[in-house]
Order: sequence, then structure tokens, then C-alpha cells
Amino acid sequence: MSSTQPRPSLLEDDMRFPTIAAGCLIAMAAQAETPVLKVLTYDSFVSEWGPGPAVEQAFEARCGCDLQWDAPGDGAALLARLKLEGARSDADVVLGLDTSLTGAAAATGLFVPHGTTPKLDLPIAWDDPLFLPFDWGWFAFVYDKTRLPVAPDSLRALAQSDVKIVIQDPRSSTPGLGLLLWVKAAYGDQAAQIWADLADNIITVTPGWSEAYGLFLEGEADMVLSYTTSPAYHLIAEEDASKAAAAFDEGHYLQVEVAGKLANSDQPALADQFLDFMLGAEFQGVIPVTNWMYPAATAPEGLPKGYETLMQPKKSLLMSAQDAMMVRDGALAEWLTALAR
Amino acid sequence: MLSFDNAEIRQDGFRLSAHFDIAHGARVAIMGPSGAGKSTLLSTIAGFVPLRAGRILWQGQDLTSLTPGARPLSILFQDGNLFPHLSVAQNIGLGLRPDLRLNDNDRARVQDALDQVGLTGMGKRLPGALSGGQQSRVALARVLLRARPLLLLDEPFSALGPALKSEMLGLVARLQAQANTTILMVTHDPADARALADQIVLVADGQASPPAPTAALLSDPPAALRAYLGDGLNAEIK
Amino acid sequence: MADRARPLGRAGRLGVGAGALVLAATLGPLAAVLAQAGAFSALGPADWAALRFTVLQALISACLSVALAVPLARALARRRFFGRGALITLLGAPFILPVIVAVLGLIAVFGRAGIVNMALAAVGLPGVSIYGMHGVILAHVFLNLPLATRLILQGWLAIPSERFRLAASLGMGPADVQRRLEWPMLRDVGPGVLMAIFLICLTSFAVALTLGGGPRATTLELAIYQAFRFDFDLGRAAALGVAQFALCALAAGVALGLSAPAGLGAGLDRVPMRWDSGGALLRVQDGMLLVLSALFLMAPLAMVIARGVPMIWDLPTPVWWAALRSVVLAVAVSVLTLGLALVLATAIVRLGPRTLGRGLETAGMLTLAASPLVMGTGLFLMLQPWVAPPRLALPVTGLVNALMSLPFVLRIILPALRDSERDFGRLADSLGLTGLARLRWLTLPRLRRPLGFAAGLTAALSIGDLGVIALFADTDAATLPMQVLRLMGAYRTDQAAGAAVVLMALALALFWICDQRGRAGAEL
Repeated sequence: MSSTQPRPSLLEDDMRFPTIAAGCLIAMAAQAETPVLKVLTYDSFVSEWGPGPAVEQAFEARCGCDLQWDAPGDGAALLARLKLEGARSDADVVLGLDTSLTGAAAATGLFVPHGTTPKLDLPIAWDDPLFLPFDWGWFAFVYDKTRLPVAPDSLRALAQSDVKIVIQDPRSSTPGLGLLLWVKAAYGDQAAQIWADLADNIITVTPGWSEAYGLFLEGEADMVLSYTTSPAYHLIAEEDASKAAAAFDEGHYLQVEVAGKLANSDQPALADQFLDFMLGAEFQGVIPVTNWMYPAATAPEGLPKGYETLMQPKKSLLMSAQDAMMVRDGALAEWLTALAR
Repeated sequence: MLSFDNAEIRQDGFRLSAHFDIAHGARVAIMGPSGAGKSTLLSTIAGFVPLRAGRILWQGQDLTSLTPGARPLSILFQDGNLFPHLSVAQNIGLGLRPDLRLNDNDRARVQDALDQVGLTGMGKRLPGALSGGQQSRVALARVLLRARPLLLLDEPFSALGPALKSEMLGLVARLQAQANTTILMVTHDPADARALADQIVLVADGQASPPAPTAALLSDPPAALRAYLGDGLNAEIK
Repeated sequence: MADRARPLGRAGRLGVGAGALVLAATLGPLAAVLAQAGAFSALGPADWAALRFTVLQALISACLSVALAVPLARALARRRFFGRGALITLLGAPFILPVIVAVLGLIAVFGRAGIVNMALAAVGLPGVSIYGMHGVILAHVFLNLPLATRLILQGWLAIPSERFRLAASLGMGPADVQRRLEWPMLRDVGPGVLMAIFLICLTSFAVALTLGGGPRATTLELAIYQAFRFDFDLGRAAALGVAQFALCALAAGVALGLSAPAGLGAGLDRVPMRWDSGGALLRVQDGMLLVLSALFLMAPLAMVIARGVPMIWDLPTPVWWAALRSVVLAVAVSVLTLGLALVLATAIVRLGPRTLGRGLETAGMLTLAASPLVMGTGLFLMLQPWVAPPRLALPVTGLVNALMSLPFVLRIILPALRDSERDFGRLADSLGLTGLARLRWLTLPRLRRPLGFAAGLTAALSIGDLGVIALFADTDAATLPMQVLRLMGAYRTDQAAGAAVVLMALALALFWICDQRGRAGAEL
């Protein structure tokens, strides 16, 4: 894709055409013999600005295989696709489910255990037999220090303030669902009250992260539901230090993004190799500056400069996959009631 | 010969029946009160209105199943005889080939037809740029090129002045003489009938009567025709 | 008049075939989803609430759009001023913008930090909020007023100049012209436009949610989203999809019943001249209307442009490749849609008021009510056993875009085709002008203006539409709207704004080229 070699022009010399055609044929024949690893993931992972291109290049260089992405929408769309296809799926690995979805994903019975115990840099212990994390982050409300000098220091303080926020809809967005679980994990039975208090802070609820973050950047809201790592983008890519994530006393809910191997894979060895590669330096090294999340296993050279400035929550919240699956319908009902007024 | 074989038309409470023959080469005026079905009769022959019963035949061939374009006739309506977006030459050329794939010979024939109707050099114009009389000539030029044995005229010249109208009728008579065309012409003006038609078909009271000689019919009109012509006839006689 | 007795004919058969194809492509996916689910699931109270909200906002949005479009179209029809052509072209812009870009533009004007509220604050007045039902309606009017205006303007321009001449000769003033000429035209065109916009607003998703202010503004499409993504309840998704189609059929029935043929007759294509332009008061009224509408429609666009233009030179290469891909796709979609629409429209006109004709007309509108999510998922289910879906990402996106544009194109060309057939059908029949010859020498030239408009609209819609490509996910064949979203999803809001301007420029350029070609021929 980013080859620097000058390519011969087809128009330049007609005689070259047969050679090129023959070359193509040989390449196709070679391709037919190369094993193909199909990875089902979300769209922004494989976009030109995500980790996908670098990951593909690095993995193909070592596996002698063809890594093919299939990226139907966002994280929630992944699970929907998996449920649609069921055992007919020709994917080998699913990459990009998060911890609010792994319970439902495991229940499909389509995944097989990864059987490894890698060394991970997560703020929590990881013992899921089916899924391996590749990156993670804390949900947080991000604000602009120049517009909001003093940010609330807890969910409760936010709810009682008149700070205006934009959030995402839990029915269509993973951060939205994350906030739902965050409030539930922090407040349990009082979650409904927190939502009722938050209602007048919420300017609007967007279908996805992009809309909410866009609104925030346009100055519509004082804060937006995003990640503690979001300010890193502005700092590193735009040299803009004005964005910050507010530290909340209740702790911050974790989003851990995971990958798993499908039972129906026709390339189980390659799938294992990919999962192993996923936690290696080449993969993990690009995560902080492409996915703008923390790597699950920090590369030896450490985190990029700028990450050290990020807010570090004192407490991490995360429900087990089982709990998350159990509470989400009730939590959604509370949310709908509180915000529908 | 054009034959109406127990032909019957019915439309929303309206009905008309016809059972007679019209000889090849005849020039027939169709007269009768407004709303009696003169135009409908022509539309039926042309294939725009289906027959409820019976048949219409041309030289023994049943026309009933033929599409309007395939019938051995040309028709001129009261208005809208030209496509306003096509040039005069193209409008005429449609008479030769509906797909307008004209060869040199065809184009020469179009020029020839233009000459015959006195519109030499006007082939490139659009109909909107022509006068009413000129538009009628274009339509007649196309009739000329189509060269169908039957010509149906549904009052195409009614909007023209008397001089222009008689000029057009003269043109029609010339065409008729060239090819022995059978003409059916709807008119409400006895003068038109006298000028062009040798026979009259009276359409009244749900019935199209067999053709009768023009002079005889107009000098001694039956009750229905007399009621319709009214004082007009006397004015004509004066 | 004699249609009952006439056999279907070749045009009828072709049309029925095309109608069947459209039905299969719209209802097939729904059936596929249902088949996968096994059975419908019952709709809960939340679903019914969503249904009510959806219908209510769609109804208000549609009525308001059309009510505002009528005076605006009239002003455009009877005034000649510098920049009129450009204004008419720019009117197309809001409709073809990717929704998220349009919403950001609106927010830059009407949002909390927008120029309107800044101006209000500067003079000490309380601010206005764009979030809530009124915000949803404001956005829908912003997005659809231009379309309604263009469709109605089309109707105005189709009134033969002979009629206006006659009206002038009879000493008719603007009020008489309104009653005798313009009102019958509106009776003919209006209900279809109203229905089209109602249906567009019926499937609204991002607009309603983003500006709705919270879950009160839950639309059917969001309920479908929830059924697919949150609850994995395909049966409920299918039931909601059916509800959408039922609403569409109902709306189509009402609209067809309301519309009455204008019967304004044929003209000789003389250049339209208006004699009823009226006095100074009317001129001021039209002028103010034009200025206000232009401000309302252009201000958000200007904000989008101002934000994006400086970024254009820094856009990464993949964005330009995506732009090329989108242009090619848009052109292909235009050709496909126009072909399909001509076949369908010919059959609809030929079949007249028969049940089959009405059925075809409804089938042609049905795609508007199709949930993009149901359609994409269903097509995926239908294709997946046979071929890897990513391989078909572009063709399927093209097909879906064509189907989505079909209702608009039908609305645009049907009245014109009806007029053409009523005025010249007999003449063409009597000359044996059938098949391709009729298409070439009668239909295409008579419909030049609406076809140009329709082609431009389709191309622009297609280039701006995200379609179902995201579901089919050919990662190497991203279209421009997809790249805009990807850039936004990767924090690159500035570049996304730049790409959005490119998208807008391309859509407008395609629209302008087609529209201009159509108009060039019509002003002979």
C-alpha cells in the first residue's frame, strides 16, 4: 500500500503487459496456496487511521499468510454479525468485542478457549478462558480546560451541577452502554436516582461516539463521555493540551477490548499465532497512537510521550461478563424512565 | 373498402353502433350533433377506443387486433399533431420511419414533401415557430409520406380562418387525388362537406348511418341533421 | 379511458418485471430477517411510543416542509433575478449532505454555541435550544425543504406557458392564477411530495436521536437498531420493519387518493413568460421569502464550508481514492435508477388507474419506508450463503442506493411522463412510435428537464449516502461518506470537515452537471 518503489506505468510500454499479466497469474496462484486468516473486527480498527494497516503488514510478514479483515460497523455490530452468521461464519478470529458484550458472545458457544496465560498490563486481573484483551481504557468525561476551569469530581457532583454533557445511547453505542454499567456499578440501586439527577445535564444523546465527540468539539457541551485517553490524541497529534478527563471519586468503568478464536476456524494454528502476535510488541506498539487506548501488554519501549500526562483513576470499576449481561436490561429500563420524564 | 360489421362502441353510458361499408377512394364527411360520437368513431377506427362488439375491416382484413400504428391509416387530431420538441423535418420524417433512421433517399423525400406543402426551407424550424396554417401543412406533409390508404381528419383545420381552411381542404383533395386515399372527415360545417366530401355519414342517436350522397342529404336533411344544422343550413343556402 | 380493455403490452410486462424486482429487493430482505428469526416478536409499549413519536415528527416535518416550499417555489417560478440558477442548484445541497455533517452545520448556527444564540446573547435575549422535538423538525425541514421546493418548482415549470398567456389575456391577477392554474398543479404534485418527505422522516435515525435530546425522541429506526444490536431480537426487528412498510402503504394510499390530475394540457414549449408577477408588494414578499429561505438553508452550509475548506489540501490520499470511487458509483447508480424508473413509470402510465398500475406506483415508493438496517441485514442473509458479502459491497450499495432514490425519481418523472403521454401519446401511437424509438424521440426529449434533475438528484444522493456499505464492509473499497465517518471516529474532526466539503462539492457538481444538461434542452 505504502510501497515507495516507482510503479511501471501500463501505458508506457505495451509489451510489458503480458509480463504483468503473467505476474498477476503467478501471484494469484501463489495466493491460492497461501493460507488465509479471516479476522472479524470493527470498522475504525481497519481504517487507514486505525491500527489495521500496520497490524496486517507486520503479521503477514511473519506468518506467510494472507490476513483478511471483515469489518461490519462498530463493536455492537460485530456481535450482531456473529449471531446472524452463527456457525456459518468463515471468520477465524473475532477482534474488538468489549467487556459489556463478552457475556453474550460467550453464550453463543462459537468461541473456543485460547489456552494461554500471557503477561498483561491491565488494572484488573484477567482470567477469561475464551477472550484475550488487546487494549483497554477507562470511560471518562472529557472537557476543555479553557472552557470549563473546574470540572466536577464525581458522577454525583456532575449530576448536581449545571454542567452540560453529551452522552451516547446505550442501545446503539458501546460507550453509551459503558456509562450505563458505570452508573450501575458505582451506585447499584441508586442508579435510577443518579440518572434522574443527570437528566437536566444531558443536552442530547447521540447514536454513536463520533456524533457526541463532534458536538463537544463544536462547543455544544462542556463535557462528553469518552475515554481518559482521548486528551492524548489532542496532545500528541494536535499539540493541544487543553483537553482533559475529569477524575471521578466513584472510580472509572473499564472498557477492555478483546479477541477470541472461533471454534469453526479452518486455520486454528494461524488463529493461535495471531492471538499470540496480538500481544506482541509490533501490535501493541501501534495501539496507543492509532486506537488511542492503553495497550493490553505494553511494548518494551513503553507508552508514547504524552500518555504520562493523562489522568489516572484511583479506582477501576468493571462488572464480570455475567453480571454485565444480567443487569443491562434493567439498567436500560431505568435509564429510559429517568430520561423520558 | 372500409367495413363496419355490426360494430358497437360503449363508453360510460355512451353507445354507438355502425353497420355499413365505405368504398375505397370515397371522401366521406361525418356530421352530427355535438357529443353524438363523431370523434369517437374516428378514434375507434384508429385503434384508440376498443370495440365492444363487431368488427371493423379494411379490404377484408380485420383491424381489431392491430395497434394504432399498424393500421393502414393516418389520423390528424384537432390539435397536437406535431411534436413540439422535434424539428419540422423530423416531424415529417416520422411518417417514413418511426425510429427516424433516415437515409439520403428518405431525406430527399422529406424535402420533397416540404416543397409540396409550400414549406421549402423550413425543415429545421420547431413547430412553435410556425403559424397555425404552417403547422397544418407540416402534418399534411407527414400524411403524404406515410402514404396510408385511409386518412382520418378529426377537425384538424377548425382553428384556421376560412381562406386557410379551404386552402388546406384543397391540399387534402390534391393528396387524395394523387393516391386515391379514402378520407373520413369529421366536420360541423356543411361548406366543408360540400367542398371535399362526396358522401356524408350522419352520427346521431347512438347510430352511425350508412353514407349518403352529400348533395342529396344536404338539400333534404333528415330530422336529426336538420335539428343540428338549424339556421346554419339556411345561412348556407343564402 | 379505454384502459380496462387494453392488454398489458410490452411496456406493462417490463414494468411488472421491474416492480417485482423492486419488491423482491425491498421485501425480500425483510422476509430473510423474519425467516432467520422464525417468528415475529410482539412489540412492547416502548416500540409503540417510538411509532407514535416517529409518525408525529414525520407528519409535522412533512407538512411544514411542503407548506414552506409552496411559496418558495412560486417565488422562484415567477421571479427572474441574478443568481437564480445558482440558488436553485445550491438548494439541492442540504438534502445530499451526510446527515452528521448537516447536523453539525445546523448546530453551528442554531446550537448552544451557534451564531444565533451568540447574536441573541449579544443583545441580551435568552438563548434558544435546538434539542427536542422542535430541533428534530427544524433539521428535517432544513434537509427536506429544498427537495420539496425543487419538486414543486418542477410542477410549476411544467405548466405550459400558453396557460399563463391565456390567464394574462383574461386579466387574471396573481390570486386568480393561483386558483385556476397553480392550485390544480399543487393538487397534482403536492400529495406525492408530502408523502415522499413523510416517508424520509419516517426512517430518520441520526437526526432524530442527535437533536431529539434523549430517549423521548426514539424513532422506529432506533428501535430497529436496538432490536438488532442490543436485544438481538430479529423477530422484533422484522415486526418493526413491517410496521414501517404498513405506514408507507397507508401514506401512499392517502397520497394517491388526495392527488388529482391537473389536466393543464399541452403547450408548444414556448419559453415561459410570466405576466402575473404582480405589484411591488408581491415583489417584496417574494424577495423577502427568497432571502430568508436562502439564509436558513445556506447558513449551516456556509458554516460547514468555512470549517472544512482550509483542511482540503491536507486530506490524506485514501480520501481522494474514496472520492473517485464514490463518483463512479454515483454515476452508475444514476444510470441504473433512471432506467428502472423509466420502465416503471411507463408501465404505471400505461396501466392508468388500474389496480396493477396503482400497485406498481406504491411498490416504487415502498423503498422509502425500508429500514436501511433491515435491508442491509436481510441482503446480507440472502447473499451470504452464495458469495462472500464484502465482494459485493459496492454493487449492493449501488443497488440499494438506486432503490432508495427510485421513489424520488418516480415522483419527478411520473407527472411529466403522464403529461407527455396524455398530450402526445395518441400521436405517437398513430405514427407507430413504439419501444426504443418512442423512448428516443418522445419520452427522453419531453422529459429532458425532469430526467436531468432526477439524474442529478440520484447521483448526489448516492454520493452522500452511507447506504449499507458499512454492513458489507469491504475494507478496501470505502466510499467518501464512509471515510468522513472514519475520520470522525479517529478524532480527526478537522479532516472530516474537509472531506465533508469535498463530498458536498462533488455532490453539487454532479447535480449541477445533470440538472444543467436537462435544463439546457428544455429552454429551446
